[in-house]
Amino acid sequence: MNTDSKPLNTAASKPGKAELAKMFREFIDPQFVITDEETLKPYECDGLSMYCVMPLLVVLPETVEQVQQVMRLCHQFGIPVVARGAGTGLSAGAMPDAGGVVLSLAKFNRILHIDPLARSARLQSGVRNLAISEAAADYGLYYGPDPSSQIACTIGGNVGENSGGVHCLKYGLTTHNILSVEMVTVDGERVVIGSDGLDTCGMDLLALITGSEGLLGIITEVQVKLLPTPEIARVVMAGFGTVDEAGAAVGGIIAQGIIPAGLEMMDSHAIIAVEAFTGAGYPVEAAALLLCEVDGTKEEVQEHIEKAEALFRDFGATSIRTSKDDAERALIWKGRKNAFPAMGRISPDYYCMDGTIPRAHLGQVLNEMQDMSKRFGLRVANVFHAGDGNLHPLILFDANKEGELARAEAFGSDILELCVKVGGCITGEHGVGVEKIRQMPMQFTDPEIEQLNAVKSAFDPQGTLNPGKGVPTLRNCQEYRAINAKPQAPEVQHA
Amino acid sequence: MPDITKHLQQQISEARNQGHKLAIVGGGSKQFMGRKINAEQLDVGGHSGIVDYQPLELVLTVRAGTPLSEIETALAEKNQMLSFEPPYFGDRSTIGGTLACNQSGPGRPWWNSVRDQVLGVNLINGKGERLRFGGQVMKNVAGYDVSRTQAGAMGTLGVMTEISLKVLPRPAITLTLSREMEHSEAIRFMSARAAEPKPLSGACWLDGTLYLRLSGAHSAVEATAKQWDIPVMANGDTFWQQLRDQQLAFFAGEQPMWRFSINSTAATPSLKGPWLLDWAGSQRWYRGDGEMATMEAHAEKAGGQVSLYRGGDRTGEVMHHQQPALQAIQKRLKHSFDPDALFNPGRLYSWL
Ligand SMILES: Cc1cc2nc3c(=O)[nH]c(=O)nc-3n(C[C@H](O)[C@H](O)[C@@H](O)COP(=O)(O)OP(=O)(O)OC[C@H]3O[C@@H](n4cnc5c(N)ncnc54)[C@H](O)[C@@H]3O)c2cc1C
Ligand SMILES: Cc1cc2nc3c(=O)[nH]c(=O)nc-3n(C[C@H](O)[C@H](O)[C@H](O)COP(=O)(O)OP(=O)(O)OC[C@H]3O[C@@H](n4cnc5c(N)ncnc54)[C@H](O)[C@@H]3O)c2cc1C
Repeated sequence: MNTDSKPLNTAASKPGKAELAKMFREFIDPQFVITDEETLKPYECDGLSMYCVMPLLVVLPETVEQVQQVMRLCHQFGIPVVARGAGTGLSAGAMPDAGGVVLSLAKFNRILHIDPLARSARLQSGVRNLAISEAAADYGLYYGPDPSSQIACTIGGNVGENSGGVHCLKYGLTTHNILSVEMVTVDGERVVIGSDGLDTCGMDLLALITGSEGLLGIITEVQVKLLPTPEIARVVMAGFGTVDEAGAAVGGIIAQGIIPAGLEMMDSHAIIAVEAFTGAGYPVEAAALLLCEVDGTKEEVQEHIEKAEALFRDFGATSIRTSKDDAERALIWKGRKNAFPAMGRISPDYYCMDGTIPRAHLGQVLNEMQDMSKRFGLRVANVFHAGDGNLHPLILFDANKEGELARAEAFGSDILELCVKVGGCITGEHGVGVEKIRQMPMQFTDPEIEQLNAVKSAFDPQGTLNPGKGVPTLRNCQEYRAINAKPQAPEVQHA
Repeated sequence: MPDITKHLQQQISEARNQGHKLAIVGGGSKQFMGRKINAEQLDVGGHSGIVDYQPLELVLTVRAGTPLSEIETALAEKNQMLSFEPPYFGDRSTIGGTLACNQSGPGRPWWNSVRDQVLGVNLINGKGERLRFGGQVMKNVAGYDVSRTQAGAMGTLGVMTEISLKVLPRPAITLTLSREMEHSEAIRFMSARAAEPKPLSGACWLDGTLYLRLSGAHSAVEATAKQWDIPVMANGDTFWQQLRDQQLAFFAGEQPMWRFSINSTAATPSLKGPWLLDWAGSQRWYRGDGEMATMEAHAEKAGGQVSLYRGGDRTGEVMHHQQPALQAIQKRLKHSFDPDALFNPGRLYSWL
């Protein structure tokens, strides 16, 4: 990085919107430098629409050289840059900066190379997650991490959030499934981190970049590992009379030495809503439902499915159904995949939280959440990655009713605090963004926050990459702690 | 064993006040790795013991000085294992040294590396502060992934005091298949087998022989062995253990040993001397003299990097060079964790 390229950074020298757009239009197709209010509007937020900010302007570069030039210019003038993939993030990570540029990677949508023998693929960062597996399918391969948003979200965004999905318990998160990234630094240098090999010398910068929420650099290319498509996969759906029994069965499966390809859980609110929406045949009388997928060779899957069915029965399952073919498997998963839209039908709004807990506390945490639900006067539905202990409580509310949004946010904050209390953390896969920056001091001490900020400075000394996200300043931490110390739950009548 | 974190903090503060440098030593047995340095010893081997083990959670938390043998024993009682198969000898290898050097065994392409299985670390930075990153849960994206950044940093970022790891169930059965095969055919053959959805867990070539390991459910392993039609080897487990711990004859002797981490399908660099191919071709060992720059050119042509793992000149650079912009970032990172450059100065790179 060039250390003598000091920012001019004075009010006089900082170009205005029109001037900056003019500079960008000299090297980017003018139609991809967006300045008018109407076209800017769709960029004002990501998937978390509670947090909206209009950017100064949006650019959609088409080449790495253009990205480099954008970065050099912004670095020179101290202008904030926010990288944006598909904007499906749920923590306002890609929310614009009012005085800054949104750098969209939408034009970086080419699959550059698939190497079936080396089991890897080189992709531009705007390639959609699902498109990778679709392209690899010709070779009997697929890409492991499968966020529920995989139809839309990009591999660059996946690296930004270290995204996971149903398959993560067995096949890992993004961090386990990438070999290298090409990145443009804040001052416009093009660097490659990682290689075709499984590791490289020196500090593991690839680990730092993964999950860094666009705060350390702009990712332009990603090389991912591909996995052989399993011979067969089958899913067991088991209904339980209580949440505790289902929680215990999750531990039971692992104790058998079986690592399911996916192990998902839903509570009764979710089961009922989803069944009404998809008609997948879920047992609506159950208090909790487990979906346990096993994949591998035909022989192995047969062996493990039999073990899983027997085990669920021992743990008190009230209903068991196992997919006989891929069509039935898809039907069973259809419910889980449509869980979020299904909530939209039973509530005007919902707020999706994302915390992780040690699995042993599943029952306790779900029960405590129901108590909180009464206290806050808001319903909460649960559908989540039970195998990883990654909860996604959906707090149902109506934004048009006075105070409900604020109550939903306070409820969410209490849930995260509970996660940290039982040994978990405030985000499993959605990231901190703007949304959870207030909760960071729950999980980290001041020296830890200071160290994280120092890591950021090693990549971005001026702090112009996605400012205000991910890690709070020390001063803000103290404020947040003071606020969090006040009693949170407002006195409300039971719903 | 007692918790000596406070004592370590004191030693660090003292060294800082007196302007001393510190060489972090776990089992003290890996001195052959990295560059030669001159510093006072900071012994973390005394900081040992299993802090928490939850078999149902698949999570183990240990002090960094805990010997691998102690960990293996505790896990075996619950029929679990460290899936990255760290190399170890006797009682001296510690988990801290294993992570700092990013050491993983033959199963690495299928069962992940030590870096991949880390969930969280506690460490003391150069200011003597105790910091905790990550945790004991499978997924955690709050803050930067400082835990995994320790892998391969060789103790230049701080003294790890506690490490949480994901552990895995032991496979029900393991079989080793072996047959004679020529070098370049073996590369293609290993890659082709690795692209099949079969329970492969090891693929190595040495001295004209290919070795494949299958691990998993009985039914799956036996059916695959039959289908591939490669002879089953007696005492296969001993072979993989000796490969893991670098006890095979290939590893003995004074010749410098180079480690290539490259594209698994790349042609092997044309160098005269013995080669051992592990990780289905992704990790290749070479014994012989060579210039660092020449070796780097070979590695880059094969899509990866090289290090002078053992022997040779330990005063020059022994790790693949860094791109200037990445070198600058690593210097600043080092400074952010260890502003007075107390820990292992020059162990990884002369400039770090
Ligand atoms: C090829 C090979 C040969 C081996 N030969 C022998 C042998 O002859 N005898 C033997 O006893 N063992 C031997 N070993 C085992 C080896 O020592 C272990 O693999 C390894 O775990 C070393 O652990 P250690 O604690 O001894 O590391 P150390 O040698 O103490 O340390 C290795 C590196 O990690 C850093 N480090 C260690 N602990 C920490 C920590 N807590 N925080 C931060 N940084 C830390 C050190 O500063 C150093 O840079 C050998 C291993 C291999 C791979
Ligand atoms: C219905 C729904 C379901 C979801 N399910 C899951 C799930 O199962 N698992 C999961 O992990 N997430 C899930 N998400 C969240 C989201 O889809 C993921 O976090 C996804 O990885 C974001 O990708 P994106 O391309 O939309 O990124 P964006 O939202 O555009 O950006 C996300 C972050 O990454 C940064 N970023 C994006 N591209 C780059 C780049 N090229 N270089 C540097 N930084 C970049 C941004 O600045 C931002 O901080 C879900 C979201 C929705 C709406």
